Amino acid sequence: MTAASVEQRREPIVSVRDLQVRFQTSDRRATVKAVDGVNFDVRRGETFGIIGESGSGKTTIGRALVFLLNPSAGAILHDGIDPLALPRREFQNHRRDYQIIFQDPNAALNPRMTILASVLEPLELARIGSHTERERQAREALERVGLPQEFGERYPHQLSGGQKQRVVIARALTLKPKLIVCDEVVAALDMSIRGDVLNLFADLQRDLGLTYVFITHDLAVVSHISERVAVMYLGQFVELGPTEEVAERPLHPYTIALLSAEPRPLPSAMRQESRIVLQGEVPSPIDPPSGCRFRTRCPHAQPLCTECAPEWRELKPDHWVACHFADRPNFRTTRNTGEAP
Amino acid sequence: MGAGPPAQRRAEGARDGARPLLSVRGLGIRFKTTQGIWQATRRIDFDIAPGERVGIVGESGCGKTITGLSILRLLPGNFAGLDGKILFDGVDLASCSARQMRAIRGKRIAMIFQEPMSALDPVFTVGHQIAETLRVHSNIGQEEARAKTLEMLRRVGIASPERRIDDYPHQLSGGMRQRVMIAASLICGPQLLIADEPTTALDVTVQAQILELLRDISETSKTALMLITHDLGVVAETCTRMITMYAGEVIEDAAVDEALVRPLHPYTSGLLRSLPHLSPRHGRLPSIPGRVPSIAEMPAGCRFRARCAHAAKGCEAEQKLQDAGGGRRVRCHRFAELNLPGALHPPDAPAAAKVATQ
Repeated sequence: MTAASVEQRREPIVSVRDLQVRFQTSDRRATVKAVDGVNFDVRRGETFGIIGESGSGKTTIGRALVFLLNPSAGAILHDGIDPLALPRREFQNHRRDYQIIFQDPNAALNPRMTILASVLEPLELARIGSHTERERQAREALERVGLPQEFGERYPHQLSGGQKQRVVIARALTLKPKLIVCDEVVAALDMSIRGDVLNLFADLQRDLGLTYVFITHDLAVVSHISERVAVMYLGQFVELGPTEEVAERPLHPYTIALLSAEPRPLPSAMRQESRIVLQGEVPSPIDPPSGCRFRTRCPHAQPLCTECAPEWRELKPDHWVACHFADRPNFRTTRNTGEAP
Repeated sequence: MGAGPPAQRRAEGARDGARPLLSVRGLGIRFKTTQGIWQATRRIDFDIAPGERVGIVGESGCGKTITGLSILRLLPGNFAGLDGKILFDGVDLASCSARQMRAIRGKRIAMIFQEPMSALDPVFTVGHQIAETLRVHSNIGQEEARAKTLEMLRRVGIASPERRIDDYPHQLSGGMRQRVMIAASLICGPQLLIADEPTTALDVTVQAQILELLRDISETSKTALMLITHDLGVVAETCTRMITMYAGEVIEDAAVDEALVRPLHPYTSGLLRSLPHLSPRHGRLPSIPGRVPSIAEMPAGCRFRARCAHAAKGCEAEQKLQDAGGGRRVRCHRFAELNLPGALHPPDAPAAAKVATQ
């Protein structure tokens, strides 16, 4: 199926238009532009990945998508409507459909509540059904994520990290959401557990028709789970496209550097020989560079990059990039994917 | 890499009678807990040759960090006892006095940690903290110490060190702090650098810079590196040999390329296969069922047995870390009959074969 027909089949469940989120610094002297003009759609039933390094604004986008933060400017539409325009009561009902899961299940679970009580809580707050009905739904959710019945009576400290993350997933499922924002949900888990939890996310999506926004700094995780991926740098998207395109034919120099920096568990003969090691670190989002924000670290920066910000353009079908020079053939390098020939 | 894979070099070294820099034999660490004495690690055996870069890999709780700390005898308060020998350049660190250890720590063996912010003192300048190591270990004048500190800051890639030397840790970024830690650890020219998850708290582009620095320093100054990490990619990029730990034991020891392509232990193989791959694959990830047994209820025999797809008769017996040929060692009695997949799928791809037979 071509990218274009996928687009026709799937109308957006979330539309983000020129989103800006700004914070005041603690001394109130400066403004941090955590997210500064981001546009994208999340299509129904897909997994949309957002990758970026710390401070890129990916978590802020995630929180804004479920209205834990309100946009400073721009709009986020859920199913074509602006939830902020809804009356309070309707807004509260509406946001049940859009859940978020965080990195650290220890911080997300109350150590003094049993697992069942934690999973029940959203249902109680939403006053859904009778008590027995709610308990049945909570137990169903626990079963759904592969936890045995008796776990309901346990406390968080009696569970392993992977099991706790399953509880958090179960809790998000109780309200039967349409979309779940997953913010670094496997980062705190051990390697051998990570695969299990990623498989669980895939199963739930298949069975329940869920849409995910998967936020992570881990390129391997995002390329495994996502259909499309956006690359974020200093509050803006620099590239967005089908995962395979972005991972194998990246257009933006930052994406190319990011992919090249990822340490790969491959024998030396199969790794690319020249790695692009970016100099310096990410500049402050309080005072980002003029023009293209990546220019201070970009190996291909030109005077033009200082003068004006690159346009966000669709260089190939469904593949967007913000770089003045992304279409120059000599500038792009086909990345060695490290696969067996 | 010098002449041939490191495992081979090591075997040759052993034949020549060359002494390894570090030789750990039968190391075990015990802790006091409210539930009695717990054996955190046991029967740890490995060597590190001078200038060699060895990765210690494993998941949380496998004993990799405590193994690193025990070499420097930096053990927590509930430490209850240590078995075995830690021979460093012929001296058994396990039986050194506190005074002897102080002379070795920071001078001949240095360590860097995951979180540079908690390892640096916020109320002293970075220059002061780097020079402190020098002042403790040698009779050196203030000016000379400052000159050496500047040189070391330049060496670890800090731009305009004259400006940075009088900065406080909070004025530096995460990557720069880790560079400062590396500068402080290297200033006395140690023979062995133990790095415990040195890049885990850093972003991937900064991680690449730090790993390149560690590799470069180890190569140019012939400092041996013991890199403790959970990230197999980091080991592949940085080390020449990989020691895999599971539930307090060493279960495999091999040249990195060999371990990645043809792991001999089912746990190493399972780990490699459970990693999501950078190229989109969208299939189900193979995973290792179950979880690591807790220290309090370690099973007898092979500790991986309950999670192992290849468990058979004989696994209930104690497993020895046995010689698997070619300088490799593995703690699995079935290693010769199992043909386990590694990081490449399928394992018999021509490229894999090429690497394996190199």
